[in-house]
Amino acid sequence: MAAATKKESRFNPSLIIVNGTLLMLVLAWLLPTFGLLVSSFRSRFDIQTSGWWTIFPHREWVTTETFDVPADLNRDGIMTIRGATGTFEQFRAGVTSADGNTRVIWLGNKRLGTIQIQQYEWAWGSNWTLSNYEEVLGGKTYEIKQPDGSVITEQGTDFFGAFINSLVVTIPSTVIPILIAAFAAYGFAWMNFPGRRIMFIMVVALLVVPLQIALVPILTDYVHLGLNGTFLGVWLAHTGFGLALATYLLYGYISTLPRDILESAFIDGASHFTIFLRLILPLSMPALASFAIFQFLWVWNDYLVALIFIGARPDVQVLTMRIAEMVGSRGNDWHLLTAGAFVSMILPLIVFFSLQRYFVRGLLAGSVKG
Amino acid sequence: MEKRVEVKGIGSAEKLEQPTGPIAWLLTNLLRIAVALFVPILTFLGLYAGFIFLRDSNAPKAIVAVVAIVWGVGGVALLYTVSNWLVEKLGTTWRSRIQPFIFVGPAVAILVWYLALPTIRTLWISLFDADGINFVGLQNYVAVFTDRDMFTAFRNNIMWIIFGASFTVIFGLLIAVLADRSKFENAAKSLIFLPMAISMVGAGVIFGLLYAVNPNIGLLNAIYTSLTGNPPIAWTASAQIQPWNNLFLIVVMIWLQTGYAMVLFSAAIKGIPSEILEAARVDGANEIQVFFQIMIPSIMGTVITVATTVLIFTLKIFDVVWVMTGGQFNTQVIATQFYREYFTAQNAGYGSAIAIVLLITVIPVMVYNLKQFREREAF
Repeated sequence: MAAATKKESRFNPSLIIVNGTLLMLVLAWLLPTFGLLVSSFRSRFDIQTSGWWTIFPHREWVTTETFDVPADLNRDGIMTIRGATGTFEQFRAGVTSADGNTRVIWLGNKRLGTIQIQQYEWAWGSNWTLSNYEEVLGGKTYEIKQPDGSVITEQGTDFFGAFINSLVVTIPSTVIPILIAAFAAYGFAWMNFPGRRIMFIMVVALLVVPLQIALVPILTDYVHLGLNGTFLGVWLAHTGFGLALATYLLYGYISTLPRDILESAFIDGASHFTIFLRLILPLSMPALASFAIFQFLWVWNDYLVALIFIGARPDVQVLTMRIAEMVGSRGNDWHLLTAGAFVSMILPLIVFFSLQRYFVRGLLAGSVKG
Repeated sequence: MEKRVEVKGIGSAEKLEQPTGPIAWLLTNLLRIAVALFVPILTFLGLYAGFIFLRDSNAPKAIVAVVAIVWGVGGVALLYTVSNWLVEKLGTTWRSRIQPFIFVGPAVAILVWYLALPTIRTLWISLFDADGINFVGLQNYVAVFTDRDMFTAFRNNIMWIIFGASFTVIFGLLIAVLADRSKFENAAKSLIFLPMAISMVGAGVIFGLLYAVNPNIGLLNAIYTSLTGNPPIAWTASAQIQPWNNLFLIVVMIWLQTGYAMVLFSAAIKGIPSEILEAARVDGANEIQVFFQIMIPSIMGTVITVATTVLIFTLKIFDVVWVMTGGQFNTQVIATQFYREYFTAQNAGYGSAIAIVLLITVIPVMVYNLKQFREREAF
């Protein structure tokens, strides 16, 4: 009954306030992303000369006519050209006619000038291009001059390559911690062994430890092991940093599974390993899915871990690093930055919208990642 | 008989059979530790060898990518299978003693290597000088708390916490309450939630565009210049508006995190029994009174959870600042100072001391989590 009264459809002034405020907030939240998306389809010239919001219908001055200043005009007094009246200085700045629809601008010097007639007309953006994406995804070819004088042409590290690298980093960094954490969660939930409590307390305590604390020692280990700049190193790092939350979340789910099912499986002679594979994994799919989305988004969007453990090696760089690098080196090339940023956002957005239900469930069961 | 022992193992109510005699005890525990380390170390070695091979081969990128994924994921799965198969060959007693460590061991070993030990190691490094050779005691900590740059970083982090956490909570709550009464609840929530899928680096670009100095590019300056006629402002860098330029970075985090707050608040609001709300309305309470006197107290637990999460997130904030300003223009925070000192200035001791300070700031939350865990007593 409460639900029925809550969302009544008949006219109600407070409902308009509610929906109006909500609409304003949603628009405010969408505006920045929308601007990025629109800009990524505009040419470099358009981006530099007019804002992305000019794609909406608006009125602007459009030059319709250009001609030389008539020779018989008295240039030192007050002149009238096409209904606009003013001195030379005023025309230089532009004079608007009385009806407001025509603007006259004097270009050049006093003696040999040109008159530009502009009309105030409706306009909207219609120049769309995919060239930004072509440039970002394909990358440019560079010619490198060798010491011996020969020239080699090399493909610059492109966003497509970085996209593949992001996938290679993200998929195992999502699956491996889930696998390890699921085993551990089952062990903590349904097995009896000494040290169980203290080990789980460690998991809880490590939930909020900031990963900055681990960067220096792990980097030292990696340098010794030669793991720096390898995919394996990054996978293990993401596994290590994600494992506490994974174990905690999955324990929360697996420990609430009905005891009867597991016990009857035991009585039928199934081993722990069989129960885990045949019963626990299928039953905990919702929990596994929610953590998988978490970890996927987290790893895909991560910058710090990649920055430190992948470093500057261009052949293994992930998308976030490429973009950050581009912000530093070509911060004003908005046509490339916007397209690049959108390329990096497209996959997480798809995953997010298709699996939002699981993501929300994970958030509600969730905790804080260190 | 055998099955009865197994049934015992599944629950935690009854005590496990303990090994008798010191030798059996020693052997059991040694084996347990060995097993706990067996899976991760062997997996690691297997993967490592594969990777060296992969790195030295000049295979096309796509093939390397596929092989790497299969190699990594398959390797881990295989090792679990093999070690389980081995343990199940043992007798019942030994199996029940060892098997839990195959399940739990790898996770615990990795957590120890990646988080627990590094905490101690970082603490240790923080007591040494830049090269990690000479013991300097607490000097790095003295430096952390007297350095002018660090002072600015602390001040900025406090600004992040105050403005970031409070606005995230306020907006999250506002949107959750409004959406709860709207017909467009799901659409509105999805759209507000959308930034959670966007990386902070991506958000840095999005807001960089919004804040661009050129009024033909940056919407904010386009509005500002046309309204006031003043020259455009570099919102994140300008010296005139410092320290408030930090607010323009904080907005990015609010934008990213409000969706999270909204989801939690929305669920909490739906959890309030509708009878209570109806009763209050029947008794003549207006919507404002219902909100402040019934809703807020009922969801106080969620408010604390959200505030804590955002607080921790805020303390560690790095990407947004690093991408948008590089920590210049007095926008540095603790995490960017850590990166700058350790990786740019190559001062291991000082950098580590900053990391330890970061850890100390989250210890209250850690203690709270542990207390919560003990109170629930799920174990």
